[in-house]
Amino acid sequence: MTDAPQLCTFFIGDFTFGVDVRAIQEVILYQDMTPVPLAPPAVRGLINLRGQIVTAIDLRTRLGLSPLEGENRPMNVVVRTPEGAVSLLVDEIGDVVEVDPAQHESPPETLIGPARELVTGVYKMTDRLLLALDVGAAISTGPQRIDAAA
Amino acid sequence: MSTAMPDSLQQQLLNDLLVESFEGLDRFDHELLALENGTRDTETLNVIFRVIHTLKGTAGCLGYGRIEATAHVGESLLSRLRDGKIDVSADRISALLALSDALRAMLQHLETVGDEGEVDHGPLLARLQALQEDVPPATSVEPEAAAAMSAATPAPAVVEDDGFGLFDDEPAPEPAPAAVAATAQTPPVAPRPAVPSPNSDSEIAPKASVSESAIRVEVGQLDKLMNLVGELVLARNQIIQNVTQPDPAALLAASQRLNLITTELQGSVMKTRMQPIGNVWAKFPRIVRDVAQELGKKISLVMEGQETELDRTIIEAIKDPLTHIVRNAIDHGLETPEARLAAGKPEEGRLLLRAFHEGGQVNIEFTDDGRGIDVERVKARAVQRNLVSADQAARLADREVFNLIFLPGFSTAEKVTNLSGRGVGMDVVKTNIEKIGGSVDVHSAPGQGTTLKIKIPLTLAIIPALIVTSGGERFAIPQVNLLELVRLEGEEAQRKIERLYDVPVYRLRGQLLPLVDLNRHLQLRPAPDAHDIVSIIVLQADGRQFGLVVDAINDTEEIVVKPLGKQLKSLACFAGATIMGDGRVALILDVLGVAQQTRVVSEMREHARAEDAREADQIDDRQTLLLFESRRGRHLALPLSMVARLEELPLADVERSGRQEVIQYRGQIMPLVHVSRFVGDELEERPAPGDDELMQVVVYSAHGRSVGLVVSRINDVVQESLAVQNEHAREGILGSAVIQRRVTDLLDVEGIIRVAVPSFHHHGDN
Repeated sequence: MTDAPQLCTFFIGDFTFGVDVRAIQEVILYQDMTPVPLAPPAVRGLINLRGQIVTAIDLRTRLGLSPLEGENRPMNVVVRTPEGAVSLLVDEIGDVVEVDPAQHESPPETLIGPARELVTGVYKMTDRLLLALDVGAAISTGPQRIDAAA
Repeated sequence: MSTAMPDSLQQQLLNDLLVESFEGLDRFDHELLALENGTRDTETLNVIFRVIHTLKGTAGCLGYGRIEATAHVGESLLSRLRDGKIDVSADRISALLALSDALRAMLQHLETVGDEGEVDHGPLLARLQALQEDVPPATSVEPEAAAAMSAATPAPAVVEDDGFGLFDDEPAPEPAPAAVAATAQTPPVAPRPAVPSPNSDSEIAPKASVSESAIRVEVGQLDKLMNLVGELVLARNQIIQNVTQPDPAALLAASQRLNLITTELQGSVMKTRMQPIGNVWAKFPRIVRDVAQELGKKISLVMEGQETELDRTIIEAIKDPLTHIVRNAIDHGLETPEARLAAGKPEEGRLLLRAFHEGGQVNIEFTDDGRGIDVERVKARAVQRNLVSADQAARLADREVFNLIFLPGFSTAEKVTNLSGRGVGMDVVKTNIEKIGGSVDVHSAPGQGTTLKIKIPLTLAIIPALIVTSGGERFAIPQVNLLELVRLEGEEAQRKIERLYDVPVYRLRGQLLPLVDLNRHLQLRPAPDAHDIVSIIVLQADGRQFGLVVDAINDTEEIVVKPLGKQLKSLACFAGATIMGDGRVALILDVLGVAQQTRVVSEMREHARAEDAREADQIDDRQTLLLFESRRGRHLALPLSMVARLEELPLADVERSGRQEVIQYRGQIMPLVHVSRFVGDELEERPAPGDDELMQVVVYSAHGRSVGLVVSRINDVVQESLAVQNEHAREGILGSAVIQRRVTDLLDVEGIIRVAVPSFHHHGDN
């Protein structure tokens, strides 16, 4: 065990995100989903994960990006949360990388929009920027939105 | 506590002590009450004695000296009672019940905090001591003793409230029987102990107590389960074998066996979770006794069907609501002995509890022979509390009046007693029963009594459900809510569904059944070929019927209910989800939620609010709204209930009648009103109408006549809980609200029509 945090990385659009690997239960391929009418827009549907019903949250919607185009299907990054497992839909899964806390920086003040609340910090990797995702914020779809839909 | 035993062993022994003692004390209370009601056999006394004796012994062994000492005093008194040296009297019973409460309080403290607590039981012990003599206790010590006692009594609500939190007027074993009045003992007021006790509600709440987290299962039942699991393993082996050596006949046999075994296993496991409702009722005799004495009433409690079984999760959920109902019946339902005699009824009131199974549900009935619900008084109170207007109250049927008692903010108690009337009322009872899929209904006859009927499901985990398809998705509808299915084909489908002011209805054996289109409600795309056949599912929610129109009805199935994630918890129309045979997830419809959202069952509540709505600064009500835009892109809304139809009409068809623009519409001359003109937008010069240009018209109808509101764009239909700010009101606009994150003006349709087509309402009156 090293002290350096290990992040599981994945890609959404042009961005690379990372989530602490310990928060991740598993990564699975695209699953058939049952859409939930009247649900907040970010809720893409429900998947059957070995008898457990898991809500799939579309990170593209959460980040205000357009839906995935063409034949590409998102992958499920299933994260553990205090309220049970939740699946984050991402474009593609990357490696698990070890990051150096010294490379960490707060998100720039100029970062605005939905990404602002979902990103807790930025790791300056050699070839790219790795955005640390706030899982709790990502899976909360906002009470006011739910109200409006219900 | 400070024994040399290893922690885990000590903990195990402590848990055993707690489970055993709580059970024992319940039995102790029960037998004591039997004794008071005239059972005088030695066996009863032996049982009572043994409980205290065992408790004393076990507590002593584990080093809980205070419990031991307290029990010891009770034991001495009981021993003299058993030997016939002194007689059973009301004082002694009351004191012994108080002892049981004190012991229970210490045990509870032990469970939650880890020690026996600081509460001083001296006065109680002194009282028990004094009662050992064959003379009534001297009255001279009373004032101080009583005062000391009330100060020392543990707050019962703290002790008893096992996490419900809502019923803070919970009876709790108030060591109140002292109120018996015969001896001048003052009833302890039950204040909290002076020392701030860590034993507070919030701390107890989330943790299930030891006695709740363990159940007793018969060995025979366990053996049966084991056998079934054995068979299940064999069936699995057969099926696995079939994968490598396929044999269709053998596979068929194996799958049939698997089906049988699963059904039986399901039933058996369910059975282990079943508990008789008597477990909840067991504390009622005590509550009835305490509350009746406190209020100076005489009440006999009759219980039937105690053996009726329910899933333990449901037992837990109904414990507090049922207790509240019982207390309510004693407090509000039954009269004082004097009032009863004056009314020509027996002095002693009767409260009957009945439980029985019926159609896969458990029915629980509470019947009292008290004064009944006073319809006029309920109406008056409801009006006074602004729950309904005087007009509405006058029009309400008796049955509807009875249901007013379930509205939040209603309480009929003229004087606020310390039992009820603390703002926690029947609305909480109803909410909690409905939360577990049950229903509450009340009937009453003036002067003769009140009956409260509760229906609750047997279990929440596995339920029979009807599977339907709508918008290409499957949905499960719990069969509890299902009344019947109606299928209309071809031309019948078009003809038999009528419209009542744009609300589709169906005549079901002469009764108008409001219809809810599931596709429309859930904003689903209907299957393209669904129009030839209309499938109506007749459902019941909140005592009212409505029809749910779906694309197709599939089959009934037993489904396993799984909860939804927190992102979806606030969707009132879904009760959960389940996994179908093909592995896909299907949503379970919450029939009550759908009914309430579509307002099929909410007339009462609507009544209740409509009156205040205009005055109120904030109208908080969920409404279905039509969203549209005026010419300048202003966002406007109006209640969908005011919309008869939405039409696209050719601009070229507009004609003039005097200064009024009109259009021929369904054989009538319909005046047209340009909404833009009334909401402050300048009307631009209308471009010369092209032949194929269409305008969006919202048709408003009243008194058989229609007005067309011309708008620029129709955007959406949404359900919104409106927070209307009336300060933005002006001509044509009732107020503004934020809908879908846009500031939206609410159109004052009637106001606009009054100005634009003055003849409209005038004509209507003729």
